[in-house]
Amino acid sequence: MTTTQERPVGFGRMPRKEDARFVRGHGTYVDDVRLPGMLYGAILRSPLAHARILSVDTSAAEAHPKVKAVITGQTLAGLGLAWMPTLSYDTQAVLATDKVRFQGQEVAFVVAEDRYAARDALELIDVEYEPLPPVVDARRALDPDAPVIRDDKEHQTDNHIFDWSAGDKERTDEVFAGADVVVAQDMLYPRVHPAPLETCGTVADMDAITGKLTVWSTSQAPHAHRTIYAMVAGIPEHKIRIISPDIGGGFGNKVGIYPGYVCAVVGSIVTGKPVKWVEDRSENLMSTSFARDYHMHGEIAATRDGKIRGLRVQVIADHGAFNATAQPTQFPAGFFGVFTGSYDLAAAYCGVTGVYTNKAPGGVAYACSFRVTEAVYLVERMVDRLADELGMDPAELRMRNLLRPGQFPYRTQTGWEYDSGDYPRALRLAMDMAHYEDLRHEQAERRERGELMGIGVSFFTEAVGAGPRKHMDILGLGMADGAELRVHPTGKAVLRISVQTQGQGHETTFAQIVAEELGIPPDDIEVVHGDTDQTPFGLGTYGSRSTPVSGAAAAVVARKVRERARLVASAMLEVNPDDLEWEKGRWFVAGDPDQGRTMAEIALAAHSNLELPEGVEGHLDASCVYNPPNLTFPFGAYICVADVDAATGQVKVRRFVAVDDCGNRINPMIVEGQVHGGLADGLGMALMQVIAFDEDGNCLGGSFMDYLLPTSVECPSWELGETVTPSPHHPIGAKGVGESATVGSPAAVVNAVVDALKPLGVRHVDMPLTPAAVWRAAQGRPLRTDLAIT
Amino acid sequence: MTRISVKVDGTAYEDEVEPRLLLVHYLRDHLGLTGTPIGCDTSNCGACTVDLDGETVKSCSVLAVQADGSEVTTIQGLAHDGEWHALQKAFHERHALQCGYCTPGMIMAARDLLRENPAPGPQEVREALEGNLCRCTGYQNIVRAVLAASGQEVSS
Repeated sequence: MTTTQERPVGFGRMPRKEDARFVRGHGTYVDDVRLPGMLYGAILRSPLAHARILSVDTSAAEAHPKVKAVITGQTLAGLGLAWMPTLSYDTQAVLATDKVRFQGQEVAFVVAEDRYAARDALELIDVEYEPLPPVVDARRALDPDAPVIRDDKEHQTDNHIFDWSAGDKERTDEVFAGADVVVAQDMLYPRVHPAPLETCGTVADMDAITGKLTVWSTSQAPHAHRTIYAMVAGIPEHKIRIISPDIGGGFGNKVGIYPGYVCAVVGSIVTGKPVKWVEDRSENLMSTSFARDYHMHGEIAATRDGKIRGLRVQVIADHGAFNATAQPTQFPAGFFGVFTGSYDLAAAYCGVTGVYTNKAPGGVAYACSFRVTEAVYLVERMVDRLADELGMDPAELRMRNLLRPGQFPYRTQTGWEYDSGDYPRALRLAMDMAHYEDLRHEQAERRERGELMGIGVSFFTEAVGAGPRKHMDILGLGMADGAELRVHPTGKAVLRISVQTQGQGHETTFAQIVAEELGIPPDDIEVVHGDTDQTPFGLGTYGSRSTPVSGAAAAVVARKVRERARLVASAMLEVNPDDLEWEKGRWFVAGDPDQGRTMAEIALAAHSNLELPEGVEGHLDASCVYNPPNLTFPFGAYICVADVDAATGQVKVRRFVAVDDCGNRINPMIVEGQVHGGLADGLGMALMQVIAFDEDGNCLGGSFMDYLLPTSVECPSWELGETVTPSPHHPIGAKGVGESATVGSPAAVVNAVVDALKPLGVRHVDMPLTPAAVWRAAQGRPLRTDLAIT
Repeated sequence: MTRISVKVDGTAYEDEVEPRLLLVHYLRDHLGLTGTPIGCDTSNCGACTVDLDGETVKSCSVLAVQADGSEVTTIQGLAHDGEWHALQKAFHERHALQCGYCTPGMIMAARDLLRENPAPGPQEVREALEGNLCRCTGYQNIVRAVLAASGQEVSS
């Protein structure tokens, strides 16, 4: 282990503080929590996608000697909790009362003395269903004869959820009418699932004496959860404590509130004991937040010599049975409006229509940055389609059309203001790293021999750090984040933050931010997160928002402390504060560097009997709420090299080059780890992951037998590069990055595979590019990958 | 109920357990050894990997009664006198973990590999860890860490 002296006091490759407990099995995840008298809950789920509930008989389950309670939709209806609000101002059934609307939906909740007994008791519950025809194909959801899924909602006479658009339609139509070249392509971003290795779970503990509810939970947004519990259950907010302990990955799966959490709370209230509920993998995949499921029709307009002029997009968004999509209120399609990508267009327009189907709710998850995955995939596939149509090299076409550094801050045709970028430099670096020209030569030679080799390029602009509270809120909660910093008398510090790490290394990097600002070694700074009684309010970690919002808050609060320290130091040194200068860790007298005080000396003095100037309170602490002026817009250039076996359709990703620019890097080691993980996600989505359904609405991706994740064998050795273009509006010039690789990589893989298949006349294949899908596409009979209907 | 005696991380235990109790639940719920997590229900993820009498097993797919008379080593038994196992050190130094959830099983599987093949190549490491899923790291730093723990030079 490295010593403190070898570690940077501030930014740099610092090994993680978190590791000491994790490598020894001493993390504390939700299922590790054990409380005295704790009971276990389990959920009975619907075997059908769409059916009326005629009766629920729980008598046999209740007679089980180890069962303490059986909760049904009727029980919850009596408490006003059968339905709960979602993050999209829709409602979601906690336990079904009238009918079930997706396979795997929650129908009853058993509380028993141990987890085995709870599962046994589920078998004893008898539910009588009357099957109804399900809506499975999102493209048919608005057909006049489609069954109405949400007949619980007044005035809901069809499966329509919303229409949303961005850009100038008229102007875009004009640009398209006058274009030399227009290429259109239908494409599906299939339903996938973030599948964190730890599933969702909770331990709810209602203390009947104090009236205080403590909930240990897999929550990426514990403060938002507390507020929502208060709103839903009517428990006063100061009597609710949410604790997000160590979380075994979130990837957007753990943003919202799931019925299991609510049932555990009710179970604890009913039994007077703590109740643990932890779902198994199949429950996680079938019922918790899915990702994507965008059916997109893209059109791109250009001049014959390769100047991209416009983009036009229509999307059918499959939201499942309840619209529980997590995104800022004014953005029902998230930030899909950034689909104009990294290019300077004359006009752009998109329309998104959300529909209900008989599937699990979700949509925004899996490192999507609020639908930026879909936006980037769309534009990067369209640019490749255009390159093919024009007979141009796709890298060359991008290089010609990328925004230039002098254009930033750049306002897009859909109203986003990109903060900074040097796109050509990043693309050039990626091409150099990949030896792009050599690859094209190799490809030409292989094609001569009949081999299928493809080179895929993707250039993306991300949009992360939601967000300015004027425009962005979730359920009315503005997306600003708090931070509190306290320096103890001996110079050690504690930083309390509102965001919640799920592996991204916040305990290390946030200490580094404070260390950089104050010169206190990171090991002397404890980062507290996840406990709503102990941390300031904020909206949690998702959308790669921790660094842009909370990281900014940490820097600002440290600067406030530094200014307080200056006043204390001036009292100690008996000089005017204006005469002091800062060097990392120390205030000293300008022109007399020997006359100075370290942060540790200042901290002790701030707590002593030292007489302080008028208005200076003493102690050494500060708090702040950071309301970001804009998002941050990191970017990257990715190149994938893939070989396809023509006989079997098997794809092998041979190389993957990824250049990321997220502005200043707090800890490059951690950034690289984030990128590695995101690239594996992207590879998995492109090649193997899908949650498909059959015509009866049976979920065909409900376990790791079918829902495939890349292993160490499928992943290549990633080749990373970086450029640094700081965000001008961010206190430390840092942009978010966690989701960049997931956002940018699928298009690179698909572009590579389609490039490989070009000699066979293939122009597009929908993800996932399984051997079956690729082989079928090569035969000219493409698969519909979302439906198990051929 | 069946009586079992089993030694876990050097400590002997005697218990009455249901025959259907999975070894992973015995470790976690009965012994409180929660360092070994559960990531799936189909034996794919390997998060629950432990050492059973010198064999690496997925403890979600072994019954506790099958471990009767056996010796089990979990991630919590690897460090000695506060000194981390070489793999634990290498995982830390090479940033081979993020959320930490796959880490116990990953280290146990890698330990098994290095026992059988003290100087594996990168591809051999990848193939040996195929039964262990990780959602955070993209595997690269795990491969580097295992190579480093084997005492081999690792570039970058």
